[in-house]
Amino acid sequence: MTISELSLCARDLACERGGRLVYDGLSFSLKGGEALVLTGPNGAGKSSLLRQLAGLLDVTRGEIALEGGDPERTPGEQAHYAGHLDALKPSMSVVETVIFWRRFLGSIPQGAETALEALGLLHLADLPVAYLSAGQRRRLSLARLIAVPRPIWLLDEPTVALDAASVARLLGLMKGHLGQGGMIVAATHLDLGLEGAKTLRLGAEVAA
Amino acid sequence: MMRAFLALLARDLRLAVRLGGGGGMAVFFFLIVISLLPLGIGPDRALLAKVAPGMLWVALLLAALLTLDRLFQADYEDGSLDLLTMGPLPLELVVVAKAVGHWLTTGLPLVVAAPLLGVLLNLPGEAYPPMMAAMLIGTPALSFLGAIGAALTVGIRRGGLLASLLVLPFYIPVLIFGVGAADAAAGGFSGEAGRQSLLLLGAVALASLVLGPLGGAAALRANLR
Repeated sequence: MTISELSLCARDLACERGGRLVYDGLSFSLKGGEALVLTGPNGAGKSSLLRQLAGLLDVTRGEIALEGGDPERTPGEQAHYAGHLDALKPSMSVVETVIFWRRFLGSIPQGAETALEALGLLHLADLPVAYLSAGQRRRLSLARLIAVPRPIWLLDEPTVALDAASVARLLGLMKGHLGQGGMIVAATHLDLGLEGAKTLRLGAEVAA
Repeated sequence: MMRAFLALLARDLRLAVRLGGGGGMAVFFFLIVISLLPLGIGPDRALLAKVAPGMLWVALLLAALLTLDRLFQADYEDGSLDLLTMGPLPLELVVVAKAVGHWLTTGLPLVVAAPLLGVLLNLPGEAYPPMMAAMLIGTPALSFLGAIGAALTVGIRRGGLLASLLVLPFYIPVLIFGVGAADAAAGGFSGEAGRQSLLLLGAVALASLVLGPLGGAAALRANLR
């Protein structure tokens, strides 16, 4: 599967939450190997935009199109969404969690070790998730990105709770993903240091 | 797709076994309610035998309801439901997997416990086979219809009570035909009446197997977006 000819386009996108127009007339396009960094103040709609791209939130106006992907699957089914909630079950072990994702999201039967290795969690594989620290939980939820290959990564504040070494590790994984022709849309308050990333600033008009 | 379905079902069963709570709690509730009954009504064996099928069914319905509210809520609260909608599995089949998991961990243990509790209520011997058959046919309907209520109230804190209020009216056909099957045998006029009740119960169960996933998935979509 080659994913380098992918392109993700949003045209004239609007989002309304609870009767309030969060943003309107938002457009961008992203090609394989490119990253888009969303910035803006709290409540500017960064998370809403990511959820719309993931197909988890209705699009009020405008459209989202993925060209060159699998035509039988929605853009959301070809994307990973890593949001504020980590979707972890305390009573499952680290490796069971990753195996479940591989089976459920990608129908891949075995082999969770590479993903754990990539996030530095292999030594914790048999530990129940309940005993992980906040940073380890975040790393485990990010292990999904590696465990199941999907061309689009939608990351909502991916560096929260991560230490410097883990941020560097994540950055390495993101660069690797872009190098393989994948796409990343990340909302962040930190400068991730991704060279050549496009930036989209949301919430330009500040409410008085 | 099949693999994703089985993965979700296996995960739910594993979580249910590890966390306890769910099925075990429902069986225990069933036991308590039924053992309270002779204390409340008095040790009149003829009366107990007469009300036994109805009381067993009512207690079973309430016990099944008890575990319903967590069906989707746990996954909603920790973000797992977002992931489940982004998988290759249509949301309808996600609901099927959750409902089957609920039946295996709650409905089936309740059916297994029912004959033991029937002894407590002096249920006539000839009523056991039709009652067990009716419960085996009827309990999947409870899980599948319950999935609609659980999906409708997924975003509501303490939505369990509301889900019960929404779902209980839809359990009425299951109750009527389920009790009918056992009553017919207990009342001596076995044969035609009991068979008809079982057939109608089967029809209700089959309809719920279709309506539950469709309604549950529609309710989840409306709640998530």
